[in-house]
Parts: sequence; C-alpha cells; structure tokens
Amino acid sequence: METRRDALAALGEPTRRAIVELLADGPAAVGVLAARLPVSRPAVSQHLRVLEEAGVVRARAVGTRRLYALDPDGVAAARAVLDRFWDRALTDFADFAAAATTTPAGAETGPAPAQPSGPSGPAPLKEETT
Amino acid sequence: MTVRPVQRQVTVEVTQERAFALFTGAMGSWWNPGHHVGERPFADVVVEPREGGRWFEVDEGGVESPWGSVLVWDPPHRLLLAWQLDAGWAHDPHHTTEVEVRFVADGPARTRVELEHRGLERYGADADEVAAQLGADGGWAGLLRRFAEELQVPA
Repeated sequence: METRRDALAALGEPTRRAIVELLADGPAAVGVLAARLPVSRPAVSQHLRVLEEAGVVRARAVGTRRLYALDPDGVAAARAVLDRFWDRALTDFADFAAAATTTPAGAETGPAPAQPSGPSGPAPLKEETT
Repeated sequence: MTVRPVQRQVTVEVTQERAFALFTGAMGSWWNPGHHVGERPFADVVVEPREGGRWFEVDEGGVESPWGSVLVWDPPHRLLLAWQLDAGWAHDPHHTTEVEVRFVADGPARTRVELEHRGLERYGADADEVAAQLGADGGWAGLLRRFAEELQVPA
C-alpha cells in the first residue's frame, strides 16, 4: 500500500503526469519524451527516476538506450496485497465464527460475547434453526 | 488485459445461514481493525442487508466512511459487493472491483466460504489497454487526473 501511495504522490506533479500519459502510448526513451515535453532532458530523467522509485514506470536496457514503460507490476502489487489481505480476513472470520458458535441463537447481528460454557469445555453448538 | 482474480476459501463449522449472518451482520467484529478507511479506527462495519445497500465503516463519533455497496444480496448463498477502495485504501466511487462471497453447505453444520475478488485490472493498466482507453474519460488518463485532483484538494 505504501508503494501505491508513493505512486499517487509521484503523480501529483504535472510533468510526471504528462510523462505517464505519453508512456501510455508505448515505451519510450528519455530523448523521445523530452522532445515532446516543454522541459529539459535532465529534468525528464529526474522525473523518470521519481516515477521508477514509486513503481509507476519501469526501465529496461535496449542496446545502449534505456526504454521506459508503465510498470504492469502496479497491478501485480495490488493483487499480491489483496491476496494476503483476504487470506488474513477469512482466517479472522473463521476464528470469529468458531468463537461465535457458543453464542445464543439470534445474537449474531452484533459483536458476540463468548458464552460461559461451564468447566467441562466448549459448549455444544447452538444453532438457529429457522 | 485480465488479471487473475484473488480466490480464497475457508471452512467454518456453522450452518450456511449462520455463516452468512456472521459474515455480513458482524463484519465489524471480525474485520482487521488495522484496515480502516476513515481517519479514526472503526467502531463497526456495516453491510446493509439488501441489494443496493451501502457498505461502510462508522467510527466512535458516528462518522461514516464508505467502502462500496451491495450488488447482490442472496442469503444464505451468495453476496456480491462492489469494493470501491483504491490501492491506497481510499474510497473512490469510480474505482469499482467486485468481491463475490459464496456460502456452500458442506454438511449440516459446516460451510465453505468461497471468496473471489475480481476486476483487479483496474488497479493498473497494461500499456496496450491504456493506449486503447486513452481517449475515454474512464480510462487511465482520467484516472490519473482524478488521482491528481484528489491530491490537490485540501483534506
């Protein structure tokens, strides 16, 4: 999540937004981008560095040039985060459901306080049968 | 471009009806409190029990922060939610992905909860896809503009 916040911050600058929109047409080298923007080539390089660090663009070497492209891993990163997130969420849900089985029927719309079950261990499952 | 959906499942030792009721009616009790959208931790997470219902968190002061909405409400079998949180865990009504939850009876008091979070391609953009969408306001360019506008609006 932090990476994506950085990405949003990186995109808060107009020249960087313009660079990203140009890269949306396809990969490009620094010189090509600089020719299409009202800023110097060193300035474009600087902006690309920020975008690269934020995970928005990715560079690859093609011969002696560096080609910049939008980073498809932006999606992969989001997917990986959500995968971990739901794994944890469903585990939490299962733990909660297990604890809630001792709750009297009809109480499932609120936080379920554990019901005293006596000294002999967990209470039998009490299910609503409606 | 299609991104493989996130698919997760868990089995709980309760009936289908109870699993559905706990999942939807007590979300604030099992949802990780670290994952809140509002400024302050939530006091509860509410899924309004009807199609078109809201899905939101509410803090101790009663301040609500939207997460999305209920697209399909089909107890005790199926729930389809519109997840309108972007990758920065902020609400954006223009950024909808879908969370489908199916409750499958696996015995008299055992339910398999199958969750699929799909439409994840909206979290990014493949270069080809983007090129095709550039003209559309709903495309990447429009998205970036909205991101940027959000950043410039004082909180």
